[in-house]
Amino acid sequence: MTASLPQNGLVAVVKRDCPTCELAAPVLGALARDAGLTVYTQDDPTFPETVAERIDDTGLDVSHRLKIEIVPTLIRFEQGREVGRTFGWDRGEWERLSGVVGLGGDLPEARPGCGAKNVEPGVIERLKVRFNETGLRSRRIEIGEDEDEQEAMYARGWSDGLPLVPPTEERVLRMLDGTARDPQEVLGLVPPALAAATVEKVAINAVMAGCKPEYLPVVLAAVEAVLEESFAMHGVLATTMFVGPVVIVNGPVRRRIGMNAKGNALGQGNRANGAIGRALQLVIRNIGEGRPQEVDRATLGNPGKLTYCFAEDEEGSSWEPLSVERGLKSGQSAVTVFAGYGLQGIVDQKSRDPESLAKSFAGSLKTLSNVKHAPSCDALLVVCPEHHRTFKNAGWSKARLYEELYRLCEIPGADLVAGANGIAEGGPPTLAGKTVNKFRPGGIMIARAGGDAGMFSGIIAGWSAGGPRSSLPVTKEVRN
Amino acid sequence: MTVLLDPTSERSPTIRPRLPRPERLDGLTIGILDIAKARGDVFLHRLGERIGERGIAVKHYAKPTNTRVAPLPLRQQIAAEVNLVIEGLSD
Repeated sequence: MTASLPQNGLVAVVKRDCPTCELAAPVLGALARDAGLTVYTQDDPTFPETVAERIDDTGLDVSHRLKIEIVPTLIRFEQGREVGRTFGWDRGEWERLSGVVGLGGDLPEARPGCGAKNVEPGVIERLKVRFNETGLRSRRIEIGEDEDEQEAMYARGWSDGLPLVPPTEERVLRMLDGTARDPQEVLGLVPPALAAATVEKVAINAVMAGCKPEYLPVVLAAVEAVLEESFAMHGVLATTMFVGPVVIVNGPVRRRIGMNAKGNALGQGNRANGAIGRALQLVIRNIGEGRPQEVDRATLGNPGKLTYCFAEDEEGSSWEPLSVERGLKSGQSAVTVFAGYGLQGIVDQKSRDPESLAKSFAGSLKTLSNVKHAPSCDALLVVCPEHHRTFKNAGWSKARLYEELYRLCEIPGADLVAGANGIAEGGPPTLAGKTVNKFRPGGIMIARAGGDAGMFSGIIAGWSAGGPRSSLPVTKEVRN
Repeated sequence: MTVLLDPTSERSPTIRPRLPRPERLDGLTIGILDIAKARGDVFLHRLGERIGERGIAVKHYAKPTNTRVAPLPLRQQIAAEVNLVIEGLSD
């Protein structure tokens, strides 16, 4: 198509759905008649009627080749090379480019143009695919005309059990618009296959999970976080225990992408919460080849292995956000990953002072994994707003609550001995006479989330013995 | 035709490979599916006898008609009960 462009002379690209193009139509007609102007039309091949022989560019090939961004655009060619270009209607510029004076005498001096069709979202990606300009390196999988896309994806083992958004080249290009990072940047090696997670591969899985492009930076940060050695993603995946990565999001990105930190924050119904957690799991499945009953040896697993992601409710909290507590600056967007499972509710509708409520929390925390286990797994305590209010009104900082909970989680060793209280599970007889804490120092992590009504906090239990012997939580900044 | 981008590590071929053939038949159960073509039952019955003589478990199934694919319950039953299937494809 480019070959059909004139070697010498003027070219204009226009569309009917542009008031400035309509305005300039008489000038286009005059230049076509008197100055050899060639007019390409993006939307309606009958426009402009003032020009006898318009060229249909509804396929947008010429517009794409000429990198048109605004219509009308007027270009001068000399010996096949572009020597001048102007956008919108500007009498002085049009006269300079065309060499014709007195253009559009009854028109205003200048009028800005409109966005060109070839750069509209959805169109630009299609054109890049057509002209093989995507830069995407992943293998192309052709799905037959009569094949059902969903069934084809299931058959290839890409799904977590639920339907997927087909990762077409156009969708993946749009997803990559969500980050400024190079698509070929390697975030790390995903276990168990230890295959490279490029930004592009993560974007493909984010498409399949149902992410919008603006979620991608959060997904990338979550992937980077689980690939930190201290998180021990291989072990988190391979263990027979219940855990999977739980993602907690902090900072301005939460509200920008519409995450839910309020009612049902840990439940269904919010696209960002659901899709970000799912994308992370699909990365493990598809890039890392971590699949149930293969390297994933979980006995029961937990429903959060489909998706487990929520935002912290920072607004109205008297406590510093989790990410700030973990070393990032206030106002920085961040993800924290925690190897956790399930949700154990703490129902306490009667405590009105922080001492009572802390005891309530500690009582529930001491049952994690098994009442006979200490030190036991780490725990993520999700404090609901009504419970938080009790601590806030009494002036308890988060540090104070950590301190009190740790103190309240001391357990007489005699209760932990194997066979004690009629339970064969337990530790060695040498525990008797000692006091053992349920948690390692720093083994409890607190976040605030949930609806404004309801005295229902929750505990997300961690993995195995907790801490450096299993998995440590990791916090990463969300970068655009 | 739809073109999708491969979300995986690309360590496997794009076309789903066939299940690997078992190295031995010992301990496996073989299903024999008669698709209801004329005299197919005779041939398949004899085949079942020969396999059985080798000490291998055999289960016989039959489609109601050769003109249609096997009904879903029959396919599910076969998949649940045997490790591999022999079927006669024509007369």
